[in-house]
Amino acid sequence: MDRLRVILDITRTHLLARIKQSGIAALGVTFGIGAYIIMMSFMTGLNGLLDGLVLNRTPHIHMYNEIKPSANQPVDLYEAFTDQLNVVRSIKPKKSQLRIHNALPVIDYLEKDSRVKGVTPQVAAKVFYLAGSNELNGAVNGILPHKEDALYNFGDYILDGTPQDLVRDRNGILLGAGIAKKMSLSVGDRVQVSTTSGGIFPLKIVGIFQSGLAEIDNIQSYVNLKMAQQLMGEGNNYITDINVKLKDINIAPELSKTYAKQFEVTAIDINTANAQFETGTSIRNMITYAVSITLLIVAGFGIYNILNMLIYEKMNDIAILKATGFSGGDVRLIFISQALVIGFIGGLLGLVIGYGVSVLIDNAPFETEALPTVKTFPVNFNPMYYVVGIIFAMVSTFLAGYLPARKAQKIDPVEIIRGQ
Amino acid sequence: MKNILEAKNINKYFRNPVLFHVLKDISFSITEGEFVSIMGKSGCGKSTLLYILSTMDTDYEGDLYLGGEKITGQSGEELARIRNEQIGFVFQFHYLLPEFSVLDNVMLPARKLGRKSFSQIRKDAMNKLELLGIADQAHKKASQISGGQKQRVAIARALINDPKIIMGDEPTGNLDSKNSNIVFDIFKKLSLEEKLSLLVVTHDLDFAKRTDRIIEMADGLIIDHHSKMEEESL
Repeated sequence: MDRLRVILDITRTHLLARIKQSGIAALGVTFGIGAYIIMMSFMTGLNGLLDGLVLNRTPHIHMYNEIKPSANQPVDLYEAFTDQLNVVRSIKPKKSQLRIHNALPVIDYLEKDSRVKGVTPQVAAKVFYLAGSNELNGAVNGILPHKEDALYNFGDYILDGTPQDLVRDRNGILLGAGIAKKMSLSVGDRVQVSTTSGGIFPLKIVGIFQSGLAEIDNIQSYVNLKMAQQLMGEGNNYITDINVKLKDINIAPELSKTYAKQFEVTAIDINTANAQFETGTSIRNMITYAVSITLLIVAGFGIYNILNMLIYEKMNDIAILKATGFSGGDVRLIFISQALVIGFIGGLLGLVIGYGVSVLIDNAPFETEALPTVKTFPVNFNPMYYVVGIIFAMVSTFLAGYLPARKAQKIDPVEIIRGQ
Repeated sequence: MKNILEAKNINKYFRNPVLFHVLKDISFSITEGEFVSIMGKSGCGKSTLLYILSTMDTDYEGDLYLGGEKITGQSGEELARIRNEQIGFVFQFHYLLPEFSVLDNVMLPARKLGRKSFSQIRKDAMNKLELLGIADQAHKKASQISGGQKQRVAIARALINDPKIIMGDEPTGNLDSKNSNIVFDIFKKLSLEEKLSLLVVTHDLDFAKRTDRIIEMADGLIIDHHSKMEEESL
């Protein structure tokens, strides 16, 4: 204990005697750690936002009936032709329904599956929005608003309204922002919707839906599930799409294949639908780490340099310390502790600066069409980055200090004293 | 009289650039309270011998005893402890830590030893500085005092752990005759009053003449021991 105090006293005196050099060395660490914190907070915040865009909006498994030609034509079944080359021209898709067969029992079954977090049924309907004599092409999806909100943060994409408003008003519609603009409609107005079968339904606008993608906002609107079924002139077992959110996203590809076979539907999983999103995330993370580590290595070289110079300057001191009974280990400890003090103070300052700038970024205005509810830049204040940051600072300065300190340990005092 | 330092058949070689036999079979001893000087021409190996005796140079053949304990072959850590506890050094150049105060410089070896409390060490250090007549400089930076004062601070530092022996490599080599005399008188007093053994390498014949014994070296050999009586006739 006493031994450590003597060594720390020497360390302090050495550092304070050349406060400018020590300060510059510490600033190197400060910038490295500060940049690491800022980059990590900002990049992961942004990653979270972008991932959220995909993950929140996209069901993990999307089931529907696709209109497509049968894979096996009757001729394939006829035994006499099995070893022949059969060519069928002008195949047409089989007449089938858009509705999912036995949708309600399927939903019940899925909700009981322990791997499933939630199931939402949807009814897709092709419609025209009527504006005077103009007819605008469009699509209306019937949904269960509270479920969509709970599973996919549906509320984040609604301007001037909430999913609850739709629940409350049976005849309500969440009108696509593009359509609302074209038809100069706003919340509280009525819009007339005509279906492909010819019926005309007046619906009350309870909110504006904005996804940020113009082609969707120009077409898509949402109504209650019941309303959509009514638009289609169908009963309450008419469901065209089933969206499944899983507890573990990683089993989506496997499970979608099982479901496709089990329910005889087309099932698309999120990984197939959004293969690019994972790549983007991991590349952004790699860039963040590469830049941070580069900064810290540069700071480490700065410390290495300064300590090396210090040791050349302090040859005499080292010789005296050794002559008066300080061992090589003590001398090494003196220089390593100098590096660690520089690393700790610089790192701490880096955390403070990193936090400060992160708060600034967090409050900087950031308006995006894609996320109408986000007003400032996203920043991730995960305390883990601060812990990693200070550990990083200590480890890199320890490594930078270790080699010069070892050199000091090995200095032969006799050579220095005789060399005078 | 008890032997404080004893060297038996010390041989030392320099291997660079060519093999060179620096010290040839050196054997001698120093008793308690004895004030010994080593003289000889430059290159005769006297400083080399001193650094072997000081335990800082371990690359030699032969045996070395300090206070009856064999120190040849001990680990570096152990040798550092022995230097700290039992040997005091005074060099030609003052070798104080320039950024520390005079008092801190004197206290450091004792704090390394860690046998006494901080306040006790501080008191001891002030006493040593007072003994050497420089207590008034205690709080100045070591880089701010004169050469003669620095040498006295170095002596105070050498004394702080109450060592068995003080070794000096030309401790007066860099001082004028007035400061030289002061340093000699201090050494003499320590030898007489504190029963401290002293071993000093010097070029200064006047200085050497006043010590108890002169060991004269040439070409890596001890060629003569002059006791005080014989010195009178030199």
